[in-house]
Amino acid sequence: MGRYVARRLLLTIPVLIGASFLIFAMVYALPGDPIRALAGDRPLPAAVQAALRAEYNLDDPLLVQYGKYVLGLVQGDFGTDFSGRPVLQTISERLPVTATLTGVAIVFEIIIGIAAGVLAGLRRGSFFDNLVLVTTTLLVSIPVLVLGFVSQYVFGVRLGVVPVAGISEGLYSYLLPGLILAAISLAYVARLTRTSLADSLRADYVRTARAKGLDRRTVVVRHTLRNSLIPVVTFIGADIGSLLGGAIITESVFNIPGLGRAVFESVQRQEGAVVVGVITLLVFFFIFFNLVVDVLYAVLDPRIRYE
Amino acid sequence: MRVPTRTTRAMAIAMAGVFALSACGGSDDGGSGDGATGGGAGNPDATWSMYIGQPENPLVPGNTSETEGGQVVDSLWTGLVQYSREDTSVEYTGVAESIESDDQQNWTITLKDGWTFHDGTPVTASSFVDAWNYTALSDNAQQNSYFFSNIEGYDALQAETDDEGNVVAPPTATEMSGLEVVDDQTFTVALTSPFTQYPLTLGYTAFYPMSQAFLDDPEAMATDTPIGNGPFMAEAPLSDGQGIDLVRFDDYAGEDAAQSGGVSYRIYTDVNTAYNDVQGGNLDLVDSIPPDAIASAQDVFGDRYLESPSSSFQYLGYPLYDPRFQDVRVRQAMSMAIDRQAISDAIFQGSRTPADDFVSPVVNGYREGACEYCQYDPEAAKALLAETDFDTSQPIELWFNNGAGHDAWVQAVGNQLRDNLGVDYTLRGDLDFSQYLPLGDDQGFTGPFRSGWVMDYPSMQNYLESLFSTGAQPPAGSNNTFYSNPDFDALLQEANSAPTDDEAVELYQQADDVLLEDMPAIPMFFSVVQSVWSENISDVYVDPFTRVDAAAVTVNS
Repeated sequence: MGRYVARRLLLTIPVLIGASFLIFAMVYALPGDPIRALAGDRPLPAAVQAALRAEYNLDDPLLVQYGKYVLGLVQGDFGTDFSGRPVLQTISERLPVTATLTGVAIVFEIIIGIAAGVLAGLRRGSFFDNLVLVTTTLLVSIPVLVLGFVSQYVFGVRLGVVPVAGISEGLYSYLLPGLILAAISLAYVARLTRTSLADSLRADYVRTARAKGLDRRTVVVRHTLRNSLIPVVTFIGADIGSLLGGAIITESVFNIPGLGRAVFESVQRQEGAVVVGVITLLVFFFIFFNLVVDVLYAVLDPRIRYE
Repeated sequence: MRVPTRTTRAMAIAMAGVFALSACGGSDDGGSGDGATGGGAGNPDATWSMYIGQPENPLVPGNTSETEGGQVVDSLWTGLVQYSREDTSVEYTGVAESIESDDQQNWTITLKDGWTFHDGTPVTASSFVDAWNYTALSDNAQQNSYFFSNIEGYDALQAETDDEGNVVAPPTATEMSGLEVVDDQTFTVALTSPFTQYPLTLGYTAFYPMSQAFLDDPEAMATDTPIGNGPFMAEAPLSDGQGIDLVRFDDYAGEDAAQSGGVSYRIYTDVNTAYNDVQGGNLDLVDSIPPDAIASAQDVFGDRYLESPSSSFQYLGYPLYDPRFQDVRVRQAMSMAIDRQAISDAIFQGSRTPADDFVSPVVNGYREGACEYCQYDPEAAKALLAETDFDTSQPIELWFNNGAGHDAWVQAVGNQLRDNLGVDYTLRGDLDFSQYLPLGDDQGFTGPFRSGWVMDYPSMQNYLESLFSTGAQPPAGSNNTFYSNPDFDALLQEANSAPTDDEAVELYQQADDVLLEDMPAIPMFFSVVQSVWSENISDVYVDPFTRVDAAAVTVNS
């Protein structure tokens, strides 16, 4: 197991180098002149523009720019954005925010999603099962933007039970955004759990266990659930990665200063260093959580062994 | 909208429970007013909060050219002069005691005693001269560098570049020869040519003084806690994506001392969220509410809703390098064929004023109804166009930059041109700002293009010379119509060196008249901004720069 994990971690190095180069090339390929956009309607003397271009190596060819970036990276310098702020500082300020939001969302996903899925799966065809079916369909089909603004208005502005926006009230500020961020995934988790559980309940080994006289509770919790959670764990693991970087809309609606927003704004401003730095970090997290999922398989299913 | 399930209802109840708990903890933003409005001196130690967008640059005056960072910088710094609330004339309520000249070209600036920076060091003549030299030097890559281009010796601080924009020779000096420190309280400025309204320009952000601490290590200080000389001081650097908290500067030497204990600037990506937040009572002030909210804001906020004229001037420029728009009658006819009020009503809820001059109503010298060809007259427009050999079978291409909310009104302009002049249009709105601007610099537009101007200082000159003088053609300036008229340039020159302010304004108006006949652009709108605030604060004033006078705001006790 240890060797397997080490091998997987070593493999992330080439992946990260490749990913960062691809992202770098994509930012490089973006049309337009970021320095000109920086000045807007105002004139910017040619010499000042030249100084700015030199500062961010914008005049160099792609490979030279990337080389300089990696050289800086090796020395612990992640570069700066156009306002002179170190990228590392941006990341260290925003990562905890994004991590908290993702954490809250995952907790909602696990608790509500799995609970709803299990209850629906145990009582197939019941009122509750149909209710979950309808609710999850609605959640999946309503755009996050609409869901976010409507719930913000209802719960934040009208009822005042949650903060409208921002993160000034600690973990409490993350409740509604976390729930909204989790909404779609939560629906998938519920459905996945329900289907998977329903399948397992029909399996031979369940009938055998019941026939041996085990009570229903033990059969469900000890045997069925553990088996049927494997696809759910896979989904949640992959979802952590995408929630970390994909929370742009939720972060904007609820004004949460996380990494998603930083990437979005930096892409607009063509700030290569920020985009590459943050996305490469997200790629790393994605790989890491997938590894965690793979290791978890072995815990859930003793038949799976890694050498 | 959504079927409530047992789970979501349970969630709401759970959240309500948590709220009850956290309410006991109180909040640290001082945003819990008791609902008292107006009157009284207010609570001088309470703090309040305000919306800003993400500042694009560090909080350095020489590098701040947009309104979001500008709002914060203005609270932290006070310049040489300030502008009157009534008519935007110069008021010597800033650091300058006097700004005088015998020939409108060589100016002597005398400072008042007693001004200090937030770190306790005095504001001296060097604080200005060194800051200006720093901003002007091209190696420092400061965005407001060009504001010093009319000072003697500016060119020596600019690296030499070739046509491709590559540096071929570094700057030959680090100090402008036109700036001279006489003593601690006095310095002189030699301009390259006379400029009567020079004192009027000096209230702008670019001219703020900088502390010795900044000048010693500008790069490190740019992202550190800013040190200004204004009514508020910062205790920590701006937090990326979150904002910055300022507190009252107790040793402030100016008359406009802060009337509250502090202000917390909160960064929002989406102004809609900020508007929701001010409705929810968690934010005290939003100074430019989203257009969709204008109609309802008046009802919701009542006397806590304010409309303030801004200096913003939007126009459709003609690409004068295109033979199609050479005939002045074509340009006049198109301008007359647009019903600006109808577009404002339909698309901006009437919140934009139809433009009737090339300068905003907020500057001294604006004349109501000056633009004859801005009056909607479809018959006259059609008749005038018929006199020309304009090919109406070819559609007019209308250019605007993508993703900035220009689609609807430019399309409305197109529809009116089609209906009133019988010429079809196509929309060219697929370029981002970063592509759109260089295209304009390279004479790439093939039809009327959207552009705008927000003044730097309240003078007609700032509009006329920056947008339409020959010397301001790209890449040197913002004259993206490439308009060039020797008569116009000569009148501007004459106005700049007029012996008095009044005579200068009169000459600027004559120059304006040349434009109003030549119509190098279609004046479209003057902007009005709408602000709303919570019951927590009073005395909100938004100046023509769309900046809130943060020092004047009081917190209700």
